[in-house]
Amino acid sequence: MTQPIFEDRKNQIHVKGGAEPFDMACNRDSLAGAVSQRACVFCGSRVVLYPIADALHLVHGPIGCAAYTWDIRGAVSSGPELHRLSFSTDLRENDVVFGGEQKLYRALCELIDRHEPKAAFVYSTCIVGIIGDDMEAVCRRVEKEKGVPVIPVQSEGFKGNKREGYDAACKAMIRLAGTAPIDDISPLSINLLGDFNLAGEIWVIRDYFERMGVQTVANVTGDGRVGDIRRSHGAALNVVQCSGATLPFARMMEEEYGIPYIRVSYFGIEDMSEALYDVARFFAEKDPGIMERTKKVVSEEIRAIMPRIKELRKDLEGKKAAIYVGGAFKAFSLVKTFRHLGMQTAIVGSQTGTREDYAELEAITDPGTIIVDDSNPLELQAFIKEKDVDIFVGGVKERPIAYKLGVGFCDHNHERKECLEGFVGMVNFAEEVHRTVMSPVWRFVPRRTAGKKASLESNNIDSACSLGAPEECMKEGAI
Amino acid sequence: MTVETIERIKPEKVDYVSTTNACKACSPLGASVVFRGIEGAVPFLHGSQGCATYMRRYLISHYREPVDIASSALGEKHAIYGGGPNLKLGLINVMKKYGAEVIGVATTCLTETIGDDVPMILHEFRKEFGDLDLPTLVWVATPSYQGSHMEGFHAAVRAVCEQLPDPAVERHKGVNLLPGFVSPEDLRHLRDIFDDYGLAVTMLPDYSDTLDGPALEDYEKIPSGGTPVEAVRAMSGARATVELGAVLAGAEKTGGTALQENHGVNLHRLPMPIGLRNSDAFFAALDAISGRETPTRHVKERGRLLDAMVDGHKYISGKRAVVYGEEDLVAGLVAMLTEIGIQPVLVASGGNSGRLPAAIEEATDGILREPPKVMPGVDFYEIRNEAERLAPDLVIGNSKGYRMARDWSVPLVRVGFPVHDRFGAQRTMHLGYKGTLALFDRLVNAVIEKKQADSPLGWGYI
Ligand code: SF4
Ligand code: SF4
Repeated sequence: MTQPIFEDRKNQIHVKGGAEPFDMACNRDSLAGAVSQRACVFCGSRVVLYPIADALHLVHGPIGCAAYTWDIRGAVSSGPELHRLSFSTDLRENDVVFGGEQKLYRALCELIDRHEPKAAFVYSTCIVGIIGDDMEAVCRRVEKEKGVPVIPVQSEGFKGNKREGYDAACKAMIRLAGTAPIDDISPLSINLLGDFNLAGEIWVIRDYFERMGVQTVANVTGDGRVGDIRRSHGAALNVVQCSGATLPFARMMEEEYGIPYIRVSYFGIEDMSEALYDVARFFAEKDPGIMERTKKVVSEEIRAIMPRIKELRKDLEGKKAAIYVGGAFKAFSLVKTFRHLGMQTAIVGSQTGTREDYAELEAITDPGTIIVDDSNPLELQAFIKEKDVDIFVGGVKERPIAYKLGVGFCDHNHERKECLEGFVGMVNFAEEVHRTVMSPVWRFVPRRTAGKKASLESNNIDSACSLGAPEECMKEGAI
Repeated sequence: MTVETIERIKPEKVDYVSTTNACKACSPLGASVVFRGIEGAVPFLHGSQGCATYMRRYLISHYREPVDIASSALGEKHAIYGGGPNLKLGLINVMKKYGAEVIGVATTCLTETIGDDVPMILHEFRKEFGDLDLPTLVWVATPSYQGSHMEGFHAAVRAVCEQLPDPAVERHKGVNLLPGFVSPEDLRHLRDIFDDYGLAVTMLPDYSDTLDGPALEDYEKIPSGGTPVEAVRAMSGARATVELGAVLAGAEKTGGTALQENHGVNLHRLPMPIGLRNSDAFFAALDAISGRETPTRHVKERGRLLDAMVDGHKYISGKRAVVYGEEDLVAGLVAMLTEIGIQPVLVASGGNSGRLPAAIEEATDGILREPPKVMPGVDFYEIRNEAERLAPDLVIGNSKGYRMARDWSVPLVRVGFPVHDRFGAQRTMHLGYKGTLALFDRLVNAVIEKKQADSPLGWGYI
């Protein structure tokens, strides 16, 4: 049984099927000194709003908060690229002592004149919360003077974790919705929530919906436009992907405009197909033909990718994976995806999962799987060794932990350059997992060469599968 | 250097209120790098969780190594009632779980603004937990609103030099080296040079192993390597301190001056040894300190560098370069460019110590016919605006200038920090004859590559 490294974090770690009943704590403040992998409220709102490409994103605070979030995510835009610049009021000692409102006002005017954005978001950081600048008032004044929406995002970093940042972002965004005409919107229309268009993923998804005959009104927020969000209240349905960065927005839309929402995931064959069918089911009454069209899309896509997946699976069968991601929803899909590849998930965790999320993980994983909330490098490395995994899926901060131990890694965070969503994403993901798991480098790392002769040998047999050996490897997976 | 020439080289810069694409990071990041370079140390940021996580991510992208930075993870109530209790709790956790021998505590903007008195909290901590085997605690004030990551770096070096060296240490033959913010490979090279002189060197910080370590069987909670604390304590008895950085050399208070003032250690303040003259000055200082001649190996390396400068001069002579980055780094780079006939047209930094223009003046004086434009305290918006008019052939600096270089379709030669879009930043050399030669090769090849790629035919010989 996995011993906790920090006693205080005992009930944030659970082993499925172990002696302890499932009762996980989560959504707590990170433990001081524990080197949490988490960021802050500001980070949460920055990631949600950042891809709105024709808005100005001004960070009101000292330079670091803005510098570290400069274009860190590969959110691609099909048009304007204002979001890729890093704007800051770069507060100095004087501003901290005398208040930063004047500077904020002047910075906003300067930047709006220079870039003529469709809207401006102003993010507060820790310091601003302390010195008590009235951002609301400054924003109102500039909005009036410049004639574009200027929206404060209350995201002081210390007021919680990333999750509160999502709320702050959604509160800011909802101020835009409902401010533009919606008469030309189709009854079969959706908003895409919670996709950030990394590596152009949202274009892949939009294409599926288009082929189903569904119109996308607004991308919230990948490849996002202020104008679209302003009319997003005209859509018939909100389709929320992933763990809930934009879930608050969907809830507010439901309350204010009566628009229902569904939660989906675009990762993996099962979840991707389910996402399309869910939407089709929603519109089936309005358009009975939609189900047929959806089936056609799904079967065409699956047929196209299956041969490759099967081929890759042959080598991957029986390998073990660890998953540590920002949101738990993504983790669900990954667990299922690994299963499609014949792989087992031995560790799964997230920075911001909720109780329900972890209960779901507990339900879908195999006995013995470690489930963890808000982990840290010490724990992660201990889990990796305990479970002797072949690949770790995570973000930039997890990568060196895996590599140092001689374990393969797949970047499933916001820096990725490859599309991992949709059916095509499934192939890309499988290719990447295959590329890294099957790399010969692991044979030479200390983990495999020092004092582990037995496991070394069995590993060599595994790896030999690609050369077409044992029967074990040839058996067909139940895809 | 006359007043008139300094006037000529004066920064010309429009005063913007906002910053677009900063050419700097924040001060606790610099302090974290320093603490990462002390043996058994864990950097600890007193502030909210986000800052530490962001800085870790930033450093990991550059070094591709685990970078564990602890945080007191302050929440709202701490921000109001003070962060002392969480700082103490965090220290205990780091002690117990990381087994830290040293904890380097740096403040962030938040804790500076709420006015947490860190020395006092640490004092209380020592009293409250006096029965435990406490690690060595060092602390440094690093509010980012007072300076960039370089101020944080130098402040941490100074803090260590002020707080740890033991006045009771006897004089010894060792030499202190305060190398500044250079690459792990540079640090290794510097160490080799001292070894070749037979000089026992205490390099502070030394992250040559901790931020560029080997593949391991086991995860090291604290990576091996770094300056041993014992050695730091003994810095007070060294025969001399060598402190690198032309801009730093003008600072009133540094690690080097602290050792000089408090312990009477002789201080040699030199520019970063990039380029022929700066490297000559560096080796001359070591000759003097050791009482020996420059080891043959380095004499030969100097010869090779000169030979290469002659072989390659035609490809780059007269090319126009934009250089940006940390002030000390750009001062070194400009000295080198000046020697090899590349005209630095714009020299920029996000740092703003006020001493960059003078350092550039000195580096270019007597060789360059036209001094470059010097812009300290700027962001990439300003650099781009200014540089565009100057039609550069080359951009030299960290990864953050990639967009500009791409838009102008000129090569970007990546030096300094951060390098987020290329592999091997830890192993990039900048210093000494050898580092200069490596840089020189890269510069020449960048120009050749561009010409070759742009030519309609291409060619197989140069
Ligand atoms: S608050 Fe200060 S210390 Fe923290 S990231 Fe921002 S600039 Fe850096
Ligand atoms: S200062 Fe606050 S808002 Fe900025 S990075 Fe740190 S925790 Fe986040």
